Amino acid sequence: MLAATVRVTRDLDTAEEAVQDAYVQALETWTRDGVPARPGAWLTTVARRLALNLLRRRRTLEAKLPLLVEPEADDPHGGGPDMEAIPDDRLRLVFTCCHPALALEAQVALTLRLVCGVATPDVAHAFLVSEPTMAARITRAKKKIAAARIPYAVPVPEDLPVRLDAALTVIHLLYTTGHTARAGDRLVRDELTARALDLARMLRALLPGEREAAGLLALLLVHEARRGTRTDAHGRMVRLADQDRGAWDGALIAEADALIVGALRAGPPGRFLLQAAIAALHAQAPSYEATDWPQILALYGELLRVWPSPVVALNRAVALSMVDGPAAGLEAVEALERDGRLSGYRYLPAAKADLLRRLGRDAEAAEAYREALALTENAAEQAFLTERLR
Amino acid sequence: MAQYAVLIFERVPPEELPEGVMQGHMQLPDRIAEQGGRVVAGLALEPPETATAIRGGAITDGPFIETKEVLGGVFVIEARDLDHALALARMTPIVDGGVEVRPLVGFEVLEAG
Repeated sequence: MLAATVRVTRDLDTAEEAVQDAYVQALETWTRDGVPARPGAWLTTVARRLALNLLRRRRTLEAKLPLLVEPEADDPHGGGPDMEAIPDDRLRLVFTCCHPALALEAQVALTLRLVCGVATPDVAHAFLVSEPTMAARITRAKKKIAAARIPYAVPVPEDLPVRLDAALTVIHLLYTTGHTARAGDRLVRDELTARALDLARMLRALLPGEREAAGLLALLLVHEARRGTRTDAHGRMVRLADQDRGAWDGALIAEADALIVGALRAGPPGRFLLQAAIAALHAQAPSYEATDWPQILALYGELLRVWPSPVVALNRAVALSMVDGPAAGLEAVEALERDGRLSGYRYLPAAKADLLRRLGRDAEAAEAYREALALTENAAEQAFLTERLR
Repeated sequence: MAQYAVLIFERVPPEELPEGVMQGHMQLPDRIAEQGGRVVAGLALEPPETATAIRGGAITDGPFIETKEVLGGVFVIEARDLDHALALARMTPIVDGGVEVRPLVGFEVLEAG
């Protein structure tokens, strides 16, 4: 509804104001006349009308303000009473909120606030910042959108790959914030993962030809399929090798697999599709040992090529240890340690500790576990690492 | 159309800019026009060693802010929105540095007399 209204106002604040007013009007009208057959359409229509009124009023006040109303003629969904068919508007709003001219943290906050309609206090809670801080962050971002004229539009085809990658990154970050929150309560985290999945489904549906959109959805589906088994009954982290594979959601994994197979057939994979393919291979393996490690190693090699990140290199090192043995893996991890870009990244000493343990170098392994422990704030991970130290 | 300033930050001093880059700067207004934008104004600065800063009344030698990439020039463009402005600004020839795109509150040239 907000997305459809922004289309009229080209201004987020006016749109939000109009949407809120529409709810107030709904309360009055619906109480009096009963709830209409299509409440969503009713609200959208009212919000758009209110937005137009607000704009007209402002235009007379500020003669200098440019004409903000888009002609309805080129709007395939506008005009009619059925305003629920507004997918293009949501897509435009996603691309505005996930514009790389905004700081990543602002992109994430705006997406939650404006695309998902999460209230500012809840957005603040999800990212462990105070409400005034989050409100200021959102206000600052909205000001920049207005002042710099960040367009409310789906990017032109030549920009789409880069801009889509930015939007997918935001959605992925939303999910992982919910998935591996450093702190914060469980309800907020469940909300974040659910919102991220909704967004991934929406982008997939609105951009059916984009393989990376399919890739992100598949990746999140696999995460979701395994989510319940990542921690035990006491909230302690469970390693992939020890997770109860019988409890993984087969339907979600099958859905992800179909997406991955279809997208891989359509052309060369990008980073989200490759990550999804790796996650799906894990999800379909009968056990950790019986995983298709050579295939996973090859996929990590390809992923490192399209996305040269030290975190990918670390994951590849773990896969390498499963194909060529822990010594080969340790060599790769130590090379990354010397590289320095991952200093402070808790999964590096954790991976190193695991490899040292497999090589029987227990004292050094304990040292590395302690290093990893010092770097994590997540209670479940702390409990896991403490357990490994025993 | 909205107006944006494009600030050019360059490590290579103007007198050392390769011929091709200089030519690129000369051709930029035409290339921007081809893409549906317009260059409204442009100015090139002498190197920062020639700058004089005044802070709180005190006069010091050098630019107000020391940066590795030196502000070498500014031009003002008209563009449809930020995406358009970024696409136009990206055509600026740069050897070692980059540009900053800023929306303008206003732009006015005062006539003499």
